[in-house]
Amino acid sequence: MQFFGGSEISPSPPAPTATGNNAHMMYVFNRDGVCLFYREWNRPLHTLNPPQDHKLMFGLLFSLKSLTAKMDPTSAEKGNRGVPQLPGQGCSFHSFRTNTYKLSFLESPSGIKIILVTHPRTGDLRNSLKYIYNLYVEYVVKNPLYAPGTPIRCELFNTTLDQYVRSIA
Amino acid sequence: MAAIYSLYIINKSGGLIFYKDYGSKGRMDTNDSLRVASLWHSMHAISQQLSPTTGCSGIELLEADTFDLHCFQSLTGTKFFVVCEPGTQHMEALLKVIYELYTDYVLKNPFYEMEMPIRCELFDINLTQAIQKDRVALLGR
Repeated sequence: MQFFGGSEISPSPPAPTATGNNAHMMYVFNRDGVCLFYREWNRPLHTLNPPQDHKLMFGLLFSLKSLTAKMDPTSAEKGNRGVPQLPGQGCSFHSFRTNTYKLSFLESPSGIKIILVTHPRTGDLRNSLKYIYNLYVEYVVKNPLYAPGTPIRCELFNTTLDQYVRSIA
Repeated sequence: MAAIYSLYIINKSGGLIFYKDYGSKGRMDTNDSLRVASLWHSMHAISQQLSPTTGCSGIELLEADTFDLHCFQSLTGTKFFVVCEPGTQHMEALLKVIYELYTDYVLKNPFYEMEMPIRCELFDINLTQAIQKDRVALLGR
């Protein structure tokens, strides 16, 4: 598995690119839209209740990916609007920014989507997301008691993630 | 590195009122451009719902692998967005210039109906000039 080049967590996490407040929240979805993991560190505003919020987030990402695949200027073939894209197929976005937050997105070839919402002046978090994906592989996937497709309840994953996110924010 | 692929203007209900592509890369047929505009309008609105703090006014920049999308929303809800090469600088300033051109040559045109597609020659001419100037300035760097 050479998707991220290496099967162990890289010994030194990528250097922090963000300054200021902590990250706001994080989501992990699988390819079917099940929210496997949601963690918030700093979220003053809750517009919707959690199940609706997760669905809306997944729906937004799904539509944005379909939009970017459609708008891709380098792809010759632009048919098939609305057809679900395989992970990795077609151009995908990696982040978007609004005036109040920045959302960074990573999708693995197996369809695991990692979303990190931080403050708007955060730099490029692609390497940080790859590191978080490696944490997921180590602490969740390799956990024999974890059943894929179910919500993640691994203490070690939570603590290591908290530690890492504090260091990048 | 100064390539703009296309420019879209959408009215406050999400309908496309102006579309211009620059080069074959940005080209999209009419139906597709209409769909993309409406999709963007909805995505922009949904992104405000997911904000962790109050006061969110929607997506300003979308970064993808092969392009960037910069969006400017005026106070009235009209959105101007431009699809460009990744890493292109000063798109925000360009969007503000385009907004000024819109207010001068479209809104002040007595024959222009609000929310309808833009068919104003002077707007097109000045827009082309503004983009040209932008290109030259950026290539000169």
